[in-house]
Amino acid sequence: MAEPPRRTPHLRRDGTWVGASVPRREDPRLLAGRGRFVDDIVLPGMLHAQFVRSTEAHAEIVSVDLSEVRAVPGVVAAYSATDLHLRDVTALLDRPPHEFVPTAMPVLARDRVRYVGEPVAIVVARDPYAVEDGVEAAIVEYAPLQPVVSDTAALAEGAPLVHAEAPRNTLVDVSLFATEGIDTIFDEAHTVVEVHTKTGRQNALPLETRGVVADWDDRDEQLRVQTCSQVPHQVRTVLAQCVGLDEKQVRVTVPDMGGGFGQKCVVGREEIAAAAVALRLRKPVKWIEDRRDALTAAFLAREQRYAVRAAFSAEGEFLALDADVVCDMGAYSCYPFTAGIEPLMASAEMPGVYKLPAYRVRGRAVTTNKAPTAPYRGVSRPQYVMVVERVFEKAARALGIDAVELRRRNVITVFPYKGVNNITYDPGSYLESLDLCEQTLRDEGWFSRRSEENRVIGIGFSCFSERTGYGSGAFAQRRMQVVPGFDISEIRMDLDGTVSVTTGTLSHGQSHETTMAQIVADRLGLPYDRVKIVQGDTDRITYGWGSFASRSITIGGSAVAAASVKLGDQLREIAAHLLEADVDSAELDGAGGVRVGDRSLSFADIADVAYLKAHLLPKGVGPGLSATASFDVGGDGTFSNATHGVVVELDPGTGGVEILRYVCVEDCGVAIHPQVVEGQARGGIAQGIAGALFEQVTYDDAGQPLAPSFMEYKVPTAAEIPDVRIEHLETPCAFTESGAKGAGEGGTIGAPAAVLNAVNDALRHTGVELDDTPVPREAIFRALEKA
Amino acid sequence: MIQLIELTVNGERHDLAIEPRRTLVDVLRHDLGLTGTHVGCEHGICGACTVLVDGAPARACLLFAAQVEGSEIRTVESLAEPDGTLNDLQQCFSEHHGLQCGFCTPGMLMLAEGYLAEEPEATKEEIREVVASNLCRCTGYQTIVEAIDDCASRRRAAFQDQLDRSTA
Repeated sequence: MAEPPRRTPHLRRDGTWVGASVPRREDPRLLAGRGRFVDDIVLPGMLHAQFVRSTEAHAEIVSVDLSEVRAVPGVVAAYSATDLHLRDVTALLDRPPHEFVPTAMPVLARDRVRYVGEPVAIVVARDPYAVEDGVEAAIVEYAPLQPVVSDTAALAEGAPLVHAEAPRNTLVDVSLFATEGIDTIFDEAHTVVEVHTKTGRQNALPLETRGVVADWDDRDEQLRVQTCSQVPHQVRTVLAQCVGLDEKQVRVTVPDMGGGFGQKCVVGREEIAAAAVALRLRKPVKWIEDRRDALTAAFLAREQRYAVRAAFSAEGEFLALDADVVCDMGAYSCYPFTAGIEPLMASAEMPGVYKLPAYRVRGRAVTTNKAPTAPYRGVSRPQYVMVVERVFEKAARALGIDAVELRRRNVITVFPYKGVNNITYDPGSYLESLDLCEQTLRDEGWFSRRSEENRVIGIGFSCFSERTGYGSGAFAQRRMQVVPGFDISEIRMDLDGTVSVTTGTLSHGQSHETTMAQIVADRLGLPYDRVKIVQGDTDRITYGWGSFASRSITIGGSAVAAASVKLGDQLREIAAHLLEADVDSAELDGAGGVRVGDRSLSFADIADVAYLKAHLLPKGVGPGLSATASFDVGGDGTFSNATHGVVVELDPGTGGVEILRYVCVEDCGVAIHPQVVEGQARGGIAQGIAGALFEQVTYDDAGQPLAPSFMEYKVPTAAEIPDVRIEHLETPCAFTESGAKGAGEGGTIGAPAAVLNAVNDALRHTGVELDDTPVPREAIFRALEKA
Repeated sequence: MIQLIELTVNGERHDLAIEPRRTLVDVLRHDLGLTGTHVGCEHGICGACTVLVDGAPARACLLFAAQVEGSEIRTVESLAEPDGTLNDLQQCFSEHHGLQCGFCTPGMLMLAEGYLAEEPEATKEEIREVVASNLCRCTGYQTIVEAIDDCASRRRAAFQDQLDRSTA
């Protein structure tokens, strides 16, 4: 089944840059080894930092003795919490005390450690080898406490408390929706199905580990921090607070970044500690996380437990959903999202693509003695989509209706649709994507192969929508005290008619230097390589929220577009004046100039007047060419959607799962760069498949991590990930300037449900149903052995 | 203890005074300033540090620099022309979108460069197996495999073309 040959047009036939898979502007430097990642930065006299980390999951710190550390050759300094006096990092939700318990995360552990890998002291030395020698010489005495290593243990009566202020180890406990009469609906329903599921803890695992280079700059009187972060402005804000500097005294810049996937969209305590030491010593300090630390002490995600009941009518109408969600958030709330990120996301959006009249949900975040969690690509949606899709599979069997047909009867088809969760969904292609996905697998002949003799083949689907971007309104509903959402862009045209545009978003693999430039190129009518994208610098960019939640193109791209339109108006006004014409008759000519009738001026001609001959400008128009615009998604924002279809074959000899075919029909509105969208989908699907089948962070009963290296933590390789056929549908977004809906996370959201459904379809003859991920290979083996 | 070693990298000879425990990747990146080669795991699994040692792909994080005295080392910096023109393999990666964040890319390129030199007739499935020795967290691998396969086909076609012309 060969894929159609790929084309890489430079400009679409209709003359627009948006929609063309133009060559990426990032590629030449990255391919030549000339990218600049944080560990590539070298400053004169630079010191190297590493952390003394807790070896205990839960303990009082009796003493920290760094005297031998300081005696190691090459070691310059070593500090514990009592030496550094830094303010704690505390993320807050504006919710009543019974719904949210704030927890302070000290930059270095002070009196108590709460997970293996928690930083207890920082050591700096003249070279990276000496600093590791130094760390090994630290003597920390602990008085061990009983650790809490699972969500069920955390909630058990009389469990030890991870934080004294959080009874029952519960940081968040919300009951957001409870439709009146829901119990009666369950009592009277034709069919009620239950799903209980648990999803494994995962590491977002950017291939470039976290890292920072910090230095005090006397000339600017600034702490200059070059860090591997998705959210440079939030790092500046927290860092300034922790060390006691003004915001203007901290400049955070981000060089090339080797992935983030959410792990780097929160503020890490290590980057603050390293910067604080640079400030104290007035010397450059570099910290690069090693892989062992990245696997054990970096922010994790995904470990959730669901118990849901769903009611259906005899005709297969989805009537009610009652859900209990418990998220194991580890030892601390991350900044700025808090431990609420996962339960609040799951609670608000679980009904997904289906019409649902009655809904009740309780969402909890519990704290345990494991590394803390952060958002990870998809945030809760991979899990709740899996749960709801399992509901549909089980209900289909109970009702004797084909599972695809049951979905077809229930997906939202009339838009805008106001859900039982108070969310209004904008138009999407929920039904169309389902139909096309099923038809594609049917046309390829997979349905007839399902019954091939001596083979255990199954087909699974998942349908989902994903809110992307999330404007300030959506985050405010979550009641975060720090409310992300908007984005601001400034655009400037230089003398030669080229432009520079700032964006508060930040590319870490998503191709913003190319895609943002395409958006600007269309708005101004100039080639995309005449647009420079400025990102990741708190001194050059008005407050920005960075890149997460698939917000870059939806919100950042819209701000960039709006600023471009404003600049275009300025150019038209000046050109009209110079050509002695009415401004309404002046139009951008699409070739880097402004046209009035058959006369035209190039942007360079106009810029020449704006900067060097200001006396020729129209009255009331100041010199220079620049514009600023902000953008925020109004209302409930926008929803991308997709259907994933998977064919798997199970190996009765090993319980192994092989993916024979993967089809993804996605709709992210206007695709700025289809090749990039496909890349996002494929990369996300790989992470989703891994979560479904094997990737998992595990701990023993004492809270010791069991997967501290790539020998134990299984990351997918080219051997496990299949080729993915992608079909695009396009329902342009009415709320964004770019028409785009966001495309970063869908792959990860759709894959686990589709894979799990396919495995269960293959197991249908055994009577065994598996609802946990990663799918236990042993359970598949046992089921097939018995059958 | 400091040891004097002589290293040949991308055709250039370097004299170094280093600790014997210093790894090849640290010498390349921090002593020679060749930061194109990346460090992803330091235990030989991810392959971000892959370089060519006497033409064969090797993990630079698992080698001490002192071990490869007398060998020819090639890094990603050797692929493009001095004026920045990308070689055919690099161009295929770009055309197929075989990279996103670009962090694993130098390792993937050197893996492919070494492998195709050894196995110019490699099938797409064989290429996929070899790509499985390095980790990429962004692409889902499909476009990396396609890029290398495309480059191999183009090289074979160019070689055949050369043969045809020389026999004509």
